[in-house]
Amino acid sequence: MRMSKIVRTGANLLYPFILIFGLYVIMHGHLTPGGGFQGGAVVATAAALVIVAYSYDEVAGMLKKTAMKARESIGLLLFIGAGIAALVVGAPFFYNFLANSGLLFGMPVIPGPNPGDLNTAGVIPIMNIAVGIEVWGGLAIILLYMLSGIRKEES
Amino acid sequence: MKKILTAIIFLVLVAGLCAIPAFLAFGEPAGSDMDQYFIAHGQSEAAANNIVTSIVFDYRGFDTLGESVVLFTAVVGVGLMFRSMKGGNEE
Repeated sequence: MRMSKIVRTGANLLYPFILIFGLYVIMHGHLTPGGGFQGGAVVATAAALVIVAYSYDEVAGMLKKTAMKARESIGLLLFIGAGIAALVVGAPFFYNFLANSGLLFGMPVIPGPNPGDLNTAGVIPIMNIAVGIEVWGGLAIILLYMLSGIRKEES
Repeated sequence: MKKILTAIIFLVLVAGLCAIPAFLAFGEPAGSDMDQYFIAHGQSEAAANNIVTSIVFDYRGFDTLGESVVLFTAVVGVGLMFRSMKGGNEE
């Protein structure tokens, strides 16, 4: 069922801001409350908003199931890959080999309370991004599958 | 017989739950060695300001791997269930 034009315009306006807020929660997972799971759930609510506001055929054009499936698989593979990369370097499985290394996300942290720097925490931001992408794709694909399940009754 | 046994087990469990405050004071968890270690070394070892995230993704990253695999499996299960329904098999 398609909602009124007011709802659709509101959804169009809110969609980018929800995406930005969710990606912010994912990206700053090692500095502020939140992280991959929470930010991914926030981003998936953007997909829920579109599903509520538009009819099935329009949603199928906007949110592709294959893209969401790809996001879910790529997120999990990236997460496992970040764990296995530690084995390649010669550290134990899931060791934080990038922390304090000076490479990507490798700046050391000043001890004590401080606002923090985005370029810290080693492998943790990479895993946050991976889990965030996975939760985004996973929750969105669940909603899309359920939408296609109820599609027969609405039309 | 089964109902009486269930009631006895339930009563024992409730009595055990009520007896916990007698052994443990409020606000003093049984094992606090690990959290002191995390608070003292979290910033220098994991290099993250958010110690909760550094525990979830660094110290206990293997546990988080299980969580994400559970989510993946749940999504695959939902996909299988709705795919067998009519109208769920097109892209």
